[in-house]
Amino acid sequence: MFSLAPYIVLFPLLGFIVLGLFGSRLKNETLIGTIGSGVVGLSFLTAVAIFIHMLGLPPDQRKEVVELFTWISTFTGTATSFSVSLAYQVDQLSILMVLIVTGVGFLIHVYSIGYMHGDPGFWRFFTYLNLFIFMMLNLVLASNFLVMFLGWEGVGLCSYLLIGFWHDRKFETGGYKPGTAFTSDAAKKAFIVNRVGDFGFLIGMFLIFTKFGSLDFDVVFNRASVLSIGGSVMFWITLLLFVGATGKSAQIPLYVWLPDAMAGPTPVSALIHAATMVTAGVYMVARCSVLYALSPATLQIVAVIGALTAIFAATIGLVQNDIKKVLAYSTVSQLGYMFLAMGVAAFTAGIFHLLTHAFFKALLFLGSGAVIHAMHEEQDIQKMGGLRKYMPTTYKTFLVGAIAIAGIAPFSGFFSKDEILWKAFSSDYGSVILWALGVMGAALTAFYMFRLVSLTFEGEERFSTKSHHPHEAPKTMTVVLVILAFLSAVGGVVGIPASLGGGNAIEHWLEPVFRQANDRLGLGYHEPSAMEYVLMAVSLGIALAGIYAARTVYLKRTELAEEWKNRFAGFYKVLWNKYFVDEAYDKVVVTPTVKLSESLLWKGVDVSLIDGAVNGTAKLIDWIAGSVRKIQTGVAQMYAVVFVGGILFVVAWIVFR
Amino acid sequence: MTIQSYLILSAITFIIGVVGVLTRRNAIIVFMSIELMLNSVNLSLVAFSAYLGDARGQMLVFFVMTVAAAEAAVGLAIIIALFRNKQTVNIDEINILKW
Amino acid sequence: MTFETILFSLLAVVFVGSALLTITRRNPVIAALYLILNFFCLGGLYLTLNAQFIAVIQILVYAGAIMVLFVFVIMLLNLGDEQRLAEKISLRKIFAAGLSAALLMEVIYIVGFVDLGMPPGDLHRGVEIGTVENIGKELFTTYLFPFEVTSILLLAAIVGAVVLAKKKLD
Repeated sequence: MFSLAPYIVLFPLLGFIVLGLFGSRLKNETLIGTIGSGVVGLSFLTAVAIFIHMLGLPPDQRKEVVELFTWISTFTGTATSFSVSLAYQVDQLSILMVLIVTGVGFLIHVYSIGYMHGDPGFWRFFTYLNLFIFMMLNLVLASNFLVMFLGWEGVGLCSYLLIGFWHDRKFETGGYKPGTAFTSDAAKKAFIVNRVGDFGFLIGMFLIFTKFGSLDFDVVFNRASVLSIGGSVMFWITLLLFVGATGKSAQIPLYVWLPDAMAGPTPVSALIHAATMVTAGVYMVARCSVLYALSPATLQIVAVIGALTAIFAATIGLVQNDIKKVLAYSTVSQLGYMFLAMGVAAFTAGIFHLLTHAFFKALLFLGSGAVIHAMHEEQDIQKMGGLRKYMPTTYKTFLVGAIAIAGIAPFSGFFSKDEILWKAFSSDYGSVILWALGVMGAALTAFYMFRLVSLTFEGEERFSTKSHHPHEAPKTMTVVLVILAFLSAVGGVVGIPASLGGGNAIEHWLEPVFRQANDRLGLGYHEPSAMEYVLMAVSLGIALAGIYAARTVYLKRTELAEEWKNRFAGFYKVLWNKYFVDEAYDKVVVTPTVKLSESLLWKGVDVSLIDGAVNGTAKLIDWIAGSVRKIQTGVAQMYAVVFVGGILFVVAWIVFR
Repeated sequence: MTIQSYLILSAITFIIGVVGVLTRRNAIIVFMSIELMLNSVNLSLVAFSAYLGDARGQMLVFFVMTVAAAEAAVGLAIIIALFRNKQTVNIDEINILKW
Repeated sequence: MTFETILFSLLAVVFVGSALLTITRRNPVIAALYLILNFFCLGGLYLTLNAQFIAVIQILVYAGAIMVLFVFVIMLLNLGDEQRLAEKISLRKIFAAGLSAALLMEVIYIVGFVDLGMPPGDLHRGVEIGTVENIGKELFTTYLFPFEVTSILLLAAIVGAVVLAKKKLD
């Protein structure tokens, strides 16, 4: 059964090839949509089959590596030989990720059939989506760092392609640098910022090879598990890998691309920038848990950055007026929670939150997509309001998602977020400060989510019914919303902790994967303690308070919003301008780099040196030829003169030699 | 007379012929210089033939003369054809075979 | 100072002199005439070497036929004097003069002063071999084949000359 694993990856690739080659000629949208969604669906079914098979196996045998072929092989016989295969590793963690990617991916494909209806690039959209799924599956199923990197880069590429999907669209940029920008600029920003992170990842990979002699997960992790904790090599390896993760998963300092990536179509935001691609960094840290276990210093850094990002992004999301921007900053914030979990060595909790977040964030994005469609591409929530009576299904599902993300029991978000907060507090590698930051972030999350709900769906209508006629989304979209709402609601059941009487199925499922790391860290299974219930109550209370505050400010006493905006005007300005981070980057990094490239690399090296060398060679040959051809004057007598000279020489040579 | 005198004589007239070929502009004069060169070589051949008592030298002269006659005929025909096209026998003006 | 020496010297001087004059005259007809004189001298030189047949052939064929052909062509083309366009001392002429002088010096040196390992001989041996009978004998026995081939060569030359010089019938 495990040998079916390559098919999971193969189906989307086939979809990509078929749609890529023939998509432009297929005029039937349903057909394209069916092919595109169908291949992902097939991958999902294959993954489910393997999953069921794995359930029947004892926990220690639920892993297998399926090798396809040798990719690179340099054989010098000894330690310097380098051999990498294209091989897929099916184990508890990767199958979980595959189910998320293909499951949520399938739903979003179906949603896109309705959302992208009428778009001239319909076939191109599904082609890129299939390519993305293919790359993402390579990433999560990889059994060595190189294949993972292939997928890592590949999803970056697809992100670029999909963000810039409407490549000729312009939009006004406000704030510090007003002007017009193209969606392709946002795509470029995403790709370049990711590249910075990828550089760190690459150096980390080089270090891994230097230290362990291989890039294969099994080999590296087995060799690592017998090393002692600490040491600068492990620190740098894990830190550099984490730099890659900050790029891909939008943490401080490389998060800046994610909000701008909202320029792409909403299904893209849902799939790539909520449920799957941005979770690649989290997955990578989880996969390399052994390496991180050997470097507690890096774990600290990861946790701190995660917590800071969570708070930081949540504050920005408080004042944004674009419905997708709020969700984007929310994603950055929630990813911060996942990294916080990783940093306190609560690997399972982080993955659990990844799972629930995939459900409710995809749901929220898709719901916002329905709203945007209904409001004819309007995305400013200040111009919405009272949509609940026009779009009841969307409203209800959106509400479910909001409750889940705010962390209200018994919805899924509560269990996952609470697990993280508990571990942040109680783990040997956590601290009260981290917990406090997390709780504050949770409060802010609840607040801004319900601000969004209130301003969008409830209250009075702030748009003119003459120009806008909002209506419910078509069936292909609402069905998906309902399914995701259901999952957001009950998805938490796989992780109900022991303290609440659950079996914490997900922790037991993933336990063999993290065993090496946990052994190194000296972590084991904790008995539930009273503190756990206290903290649970605290986080629940904070979340409810946040919801109540939001509803009060934005529904009942709306004048408060205006009053606060004016009273804290300076604070508001900083938040609204995203702490001027983009502007700072522009000044410090981007502009000098561009200027340096132009003056030095372009004019200096490229034009003078390289062009000069090539053109100079040509000119030299031209000059030589020009000089030499003057010998052929056409005057035969000159040739005869040379003859005579030759005779002179030959005779002398023969006689006097 | 010694053989050397004939050979030196032959060399002198050969060089005179060479100078004529290289220096003159008129194609017909150049042709005459070529004939001069051929004749100087003939002298050298006959001198050797007499010196060594071998008839082969003179046989060669016979055939050289025959060939020279044929060549003169054809060459002059070419010059006539050239003159018809270009109205000149000035070699400097017949220089199309260049770069 | 035997008769031989005097004869040879005289003929040699006229030979070289007429050659020099040939290449330096501007008028092609005058140059042709000097060349005829040159051929006569050459015939005389052949006679001093006892090459009777060759001497006669030289006069008959070269001076009598070829030079007549030359003069005909010169007359036909109605060439005037070669224009003295400010007699350019071009690079070509310098090189030509220099190289030719060098070659002459070289050959004279080789012939006169280098031991070329020539077998011993005597110029008077030409008496037996230069006669018409001897040449004729050789021509029709040992060199029969080349003799016949030259007839084809001459045929080719005739055809070539006729075709090349023919007026195009346009």
